[in-house]
Amino acid sequence: MAKGTNDAKLLIQSLRKAYAATPTSLKIIDLYVVYAVATALIQVAYMAMVGSFPFNSFLSGVLSCVGTAVLAVCLRIQVNKDNKEFKDLPPERAFADFVLCNLVLHLVIMNFLG
Amino acid sequence: MAKPLVLHLLLLLICGSALLSSGSVIHPISDAHRSAATELFVPAADGSFGSLEETYEALRTFQILGVDRSSAKFEGTCKTVSEKLSSPTTTKDLYHALKITAILGCRTESIEFDGITSRLQTAVKDASSLLELYYSLGGLLTVKEQGKDVILSDADGTFQAIKALSQSDGRWRYDKDSTGSSAFAAGIALEALASVVSLAGSDIDQSKIAVVRKDITKLFDRIKRYDDGTLYFDEKNVDPDQYKGPLATSASITSGVTAFAAVSSEKLNIGGEKILGLAKFFLSIGIPGTAKDFFYQINSLASLENNRISIPLVLSLPATVLSLTAKDQLKVEVTTVFGSHAPSLAVSLLKVLTPDSKEVTSFEKKELEYDPENRIHFLDLSQLKIDVGKYSLIFKVSVNDPEGADLYATGDQIIVTAFLTGFIKVDKAEIAVSDSDAASESVQKLDLSKNSLISLSANHLQKLRLSLQLTTPLGHSFKPHQMVVKLRHESKVEHLFVPETSSRQYKLVLNFLGLVEKFYYLSGRYEIELAVGDAVMENSILRSIGSIELDLPEAPEKAAKPPAQPVDPLSRFGPKEEISHIFRAPEKRPPQELSLGFMGLTILPLLAFLIGLLRIGVNFKGFPTSAVPATFAILFHGGIGAVLLLYVLFWLKLDLFTTLKALGFLGVFLLFVGHRTLSYLASTSAKQKTA
Repeated sequence: MAKGTNDAKLLIQSLRKAYAATPTSLKIIDLYVVYAVATALIQVAYMAMVGSFPFNSFLSGVLSCVGTAVLAVCLRIQVNKDNKEFKDLPPERAFADFVLCNLVLHLVIMNFLG
Repeated sequence: MAKPLVLHLLLLLICGSALLSSGSVIHPISDAHRSAATELFVPAADGSFGSLEETYEALRTFQILGVDRSSAKFEGTCKTVSEKLSSPTTTKDLYHALKITAILGCRTESIEFDGITSRLQTAVKDASSLLELYYSLGGLLTVKEQGKDVILSDADGTFQAIKALSQSDGRWRYDKDSTGSSAFAAGIALEALASVVSLAGSDIDQSKIAVVRKDITKLFDRIKRYDDGTLYFDEKNVDPDQYKGPLATSASITSGVTAFAAVSSEKLNIGGEKILGLAKFFLSIGIPGTAKDFFYQINSLASLENNRISIPLVLSLPATVLSLTAKDQLKVEVTTVFGSHAPSLAVSLLKVLTPDSKEVTSFEKKELEYDPENRIHFLDLSQLKIDVGKYSLIFKVSVNDPEGADLYATGDQIIVTAFLTGFIKVDKAEIAVSDSDAASESVQKLDLSKNSLISLSANHLQKLRLSLQLTTPLGHSFKPHQMVVKLRHESKVEHLFVPETSSRQYKLVLNFLGLVEKFYYLSGRYEIELAVGDAVMENSILRSIGSIELDLPEAPEKAAKPPAQPVDPLSRFGPKEEISHIFRAPEKRPPQELSLGFMGLTILPLLAFLIGLLRIGVNFKGFPTSAVPATFAILFHGGIGAVLLLYVLFWLKLDLFTTLKALGFLGVFLLFVGHRTLSYLASTSAKQKTA
């Protein structure tokens, strides 16, 4: 009870500290992901309220948010210096991929938006 | 609906059978023929009617009928024909060309007749077939008729050559080698033999001519006959390509026989009856449809008009429908086949027969009076006391001059069908409605001469009676071809009834109790229509005589429905009923304010993101400072922005193809610029690492 909450507080504090240590670029990417997901949630809430007509627009909106979030996560994995797997991949290259994939995603989304 | 159809068919059958039994109506050649000839034979621009043979046929027809041949067109024909005569052509063409020259009366100075004569004489000597002989001899005869001197070198031999081709049954072969013989060839051969005799003069042995006369008699044994005395020649046992048909065969034989009769000193042993039969055959064609048939008909009739055997005389009635009311006279014309005047004759009406071949006993043989002005024999019918109806009149024609009787063929008995029409009186016309036990009757008199309409009412337990009497002008009871009573309901459903006849009366009794089902249980107003008609009735009746209100019981469940009335066939082209389209109801949209509110709400995370970025401590330190890399960096960001702007435009108004095109260009640009920028950034970060 009190120990439980105490433990939760301690856990959150340690997480905060650890997170503060992450490099700025990664924090930017995390923030972007949060932003994208939030937008998606708002769109779902709207659909829940007014119904799913037109369905293609709803899907387009939600999937654009989810897609860009996924691409941002990929970018984060590739840019993270602690990740041994992508050691030889220059971060500019990863960023270029991210930009390109986003552009393609958004073209498709705009077409599907109707 | 079947009933009126049946009645009409019956009527047609009666008329049709009547027409068939009486034979075809014969009229002499008249102006109708002349106008038909001008329509049928139409010359081309150069005056020809096709081939030389066709031109000859057309001109010969015009000559016989007296159609004007002096048109300027035919000058051209004269020229073409004289050219034909000077150039080497077949004997057939020579023959036709010479004939045309003779008919048109062309100028003959330019024609070298000696040359032509010698050509024809050679042709006669060298001829191997009947047609060659015919054409060359005919040509020589035409030249002789033009006034030139023509000698036939071996007349006997030529005669023999033609005779050699004859068969024992009176027919002829076309040449020595062919096995089939035909009557058509016989006609040609006879004409050729006649030409030989005309050319040779008295050189031909009379016994030979006698032999040919016998051949002609045998030929005439093959003549065929119709019931009304029409005679013709036809042959079935020839090759299909040799078959000419009855008209051509009869025409050929007529021309041949009349030509031979003209040169034979003794009369041919053919009765006038046969000549008359042939004349009737040609006349019964009426106006032929083709040029060839027209020529055959007119040419044959011309040979018969002035032949030496006997001249046929034709009896015709200008009108076959005579009205007793109008006091028409029976008029009869007797003329030659071309309508020319006959010699003095006596025409008598021997018998009058009813359609079932019974004699009208009240009639005695009468001689018709003669009107010299109009050249018509006539008889006053009103004194004869013959009733209305259809009759076969039997005439006999005899020439007044006993010597002339031999020259002319009048035939034995001439049968002509005539109609005597008159006014039929309608008596005692009554219509009544009575109860089923015939206790009481409400009778109404019908006066069909007036236009009054009666109106009755009845229920299904009652009966309707309609009766009338028909009387002819002479007072006999009359039985019309058609008497029908029609009851028509308001909904256009019709019912037909035929009154029964008994002694003098026609009576129709409608027992409505039995007719309820037939009337489809339809109550209401029925219009009564009476139709009385006959070929000899001048005052046929077809009119509505009134109406009857019928009260019939209700129709039970299983009763037959009245037949659907025919729909006006043109109504399918009228306007159709309007179609009201049902469109998909549009989806319910949320209120505008809600949508706009949520749009604003979507912008919020973006603002939160920007604020968060500032909180984290985003800076532009990494932005390249030196000029060139800076430009590229700016262009890179600008490029990305441009692409995003393109997407917005795409959503707003562009189509995919334009977008993709623009995207292609921008993409290439972006790739180039991006590569430069990012490689610059990579190199600086690498330098930083090593440094």
